Amino acid sequence: MATAKKLEVSDEVAIQISKMNKWYGSFHVLRDIDLTVNRGERIVIAGPSGSGKSTLIRCINALEEHQEGSITVDGTLLSSDLKNIDTIRSEVGMCFQHFNLFPHLTILENCMLAPVWVRKTPQKEARETAMHFLEKVKIPEQADKFPGQLSGGQQQRVAIARSLCMKPRIMLFDEPTSALDPEMIKEVLDTMVELAEEGMTMLCVTHEMGFAREVANRVIFMDEGQIVEQNEPEEFFDNPKHERTKLFLSQILGH
Amino acid sequence: MADLSFVRTELVPQKTPPASEVGVIGWMRANLFSSIGNSILTLLTLYCIYLVLASILPWAISPTWGAASLTECRGILHELGREGHFSGACWGVIRDRWTQLLFGFYPSELYWRPILAFILLGVALAPVLFDGVTKKLLLLTAVYPFLCFWLIWGGSIWLPISIILGFVFAIVIYGIVSKATSTLLGAIVAIVTPIIWWLFLAAPFGNLMQSFIPLGIEAVQSDKIGGFMLAILIGLTGIFLSLPMGIVLALGRQSDLPILKGVCVAFIEFIRGVPLITLLFVASTLLNYFLPPGTSFDLVLRVMIMVTLFAAAYMAEVVRGGLAALPKGQYEAADSLGLDYWQAQRLIIMPQALKISIPGIVSTFIGLFKDTTLVGIVGLLDPLALSTNIRADMAWNGILWELYGFIALIFFIFCFAMSRYSMYLERKLATGH
Ligand SMILES: Nc1ncnc2c1ncn2[C@@H]1O[C@H](COP(=O)(O)OP(=O)(O)OP(=O)(O)O)[C@@H](O)[C@H]1O
Ligand SMILES: [Mg+2]
Repeated sequence: MATAKKLEVSDEVAIQISKMNKWYGSFHVLRDIDLTVNRGERIVIAGPSGSGKSTLIRCINALEEHQEGSITVDGTLLSSDLKNIDTIRSEVGMCFQHFNLFPHLTILENCMLAPVWVRKTPQKEARETAMHFLEKVKIPEQADKFPGQLSGGQQQRVAIARSLCMKPRIMLFDEPTSALDPEMIKEVLDTMVELAEEGMTMLCVTHEMGFAREVANRVIFMDEGQIVEQNEPEEFFDNPKHERTKLFLSQILGH
Repeated sequence: MADLSFVRTELVPQKTPPASEVGVIGWMRANLFSSIGNSILTLLTLYCIYLVLASILPWAISPTWGAASLTECRGILHELGREGHFSGACWGVIRDRWTQLLFGFYPSELYWRPILAFILLGVALAPVLFDGVTKKLLLLTAVYPFLCFWLIWGGSIWLPISIILGFVFAIVIYGIVSKATSTLLGAIVAIVTPIIWWLFLAAPFGNLMQSFIPLGIEAVQSDKIGGFMLAILIGLTGIFLSLPMGIVLALGRQSDLPILKGVCVAFIEFIRGVPLITLLFVASTLLNYFLPPGTSFDLVLRVMIMVTLFAAAYMAEVVRGGLAALPKGQYEAADSLGLDYWQAQRLIIMPQALKISIPGIVSTFIGLFKDTTLVGIVGLLDPLALSTNIRADMAWNGILWELYGFIALIFFIFCFAMSRYSMYLERKLATGH
């Protein structure tokens, strides 16, 4: 697994966030966020509940609107222009805590939907791509079932495959394993590690610190809507600088 | 201490269940007589059913099919020694007047037209309602509404054709304008053009064509159309137009655009806050003032519009319920995959929201179909109005239950079929979650 760490990170910028602020009503959720993600970088975002981790990554694909500052994804500036939003969304894949598969469609249809309708890929090609990625996440035999008939871990892997079918250049993960039973967490993490080894640019909100150590180039710690500390995983875990980071690590790593 | 360890050495083979658990006796024991209380309830219920049947059946089983008047019925029953007010039903009235209950005062030599329309309805609906029916039939489904109206009202074929032309214009113009400019502009032009066409140009065009190439069948006036034919016409129109309208209204109500949202909310709340009868009076008296002068608008058509609007308001709320039941994650997943608003609605949101709303939608349909009996109030000949009409005849003066029973039975058959279909649909769409 350590191979992922050795991958070159290019100096091409994938995501550039500067001086970004967001409010929910009068509540200031994200404060002065500055973040540059290079292509091929794998970033883990950690932090206590309510610190704004989800909000941050949801701003990147415009599921949430930010009010100040700028977000540039793959050279496209995120503005209220719908065209830009659509361009960015088709470049950025996202996996959710609760999978959000479409329950009325089969696994295969879930995976083919966006390529066919958004990318206008011919049916046959979309089917091949879908099967390719379902094989990659190791569940091609479930292709004709409905999401409700799969286990949580399988559903999350389908969700990953569904995003990959759009051939995204960046993947966002919002606590992909926190709704899963322990034995299923590993199968999903394995899929993510494999993705990392292929050089995918990834932003993961997760509490899986083992994953962070193995795969991430950088760990970002957020609290109260701010980036409090960021560092390489070794430094971050073994030698945290900020008081809050220390407190947080002591809590989640079990004293 | 006892030894707690246990290892099974032999597997227990499968055995047939004891006789008391299977067969008729087993079923009765389990379902009807499982305890003393339940046994008493079973017996009581059976007794009630017996009482109801014992009073209805002797009345209903009555050899009066051939009678030509109420007096003749009484005579037949008298000869059988059956006396008294409820001694027997007089079914002669149904034999004598069933065509009237079905078709109103439609000319009897033209009955084949509504019958053909009804048969074609089945063919046109098949590909919509059931899987495994060839989708080529959808072409018939698309032209069926025009065909049906033409068959029943008759007249020049050019009128339905010029109305279809309006739709053709809409599609062609949308294709051209949306490609040349924007989708929104294309949509607006594509909606406005056919409306102008229908209001001002369709009728003259139809007449013009008719004067060049006369093609048509004998026209039938609206006041001849009645009975279940009318109820089904109004009901079906309402059903098929209110669902799409309801969906649009529900989406409008959820929209972020304040004016659009306001208009939808106002429409829904106004229509729901007013009794249908009021709307029908508006249809029969006021609606003509809003239309361009010179267009005389058929009363049946006006009533259809009102019934549709009325059902659409309810439908909007039913669909909104379905939309509200969908988790936010579905919208987010659709967004994150790059689907635009209409794609997300069409492919992700609506299929699920409508599925959740099936029971409510079908209830609204059934309600709408039964509400068609209210159109009698503005002078249309729905089955109930016809029954009053029949009872005004000297021969059948005094007859009541037979007519109402027959009308109720037909309504029940249609409503029950709808209800069954909705259950079939729910089962078919279940995907195990
Ligand atoms: N739609 C919303 N409206 C108002 N406040 C919100 C909304 N969504 C989130 N918040 C608030 O914003 C803050 C940040 O939420 P966010 O979901 O980003 O936290 P998080 O770091 O992802 O937490 P968790 O680890 O629990 O998922 C929280 O205090 C939350 O209550
Ligand atoms: Mg979160």
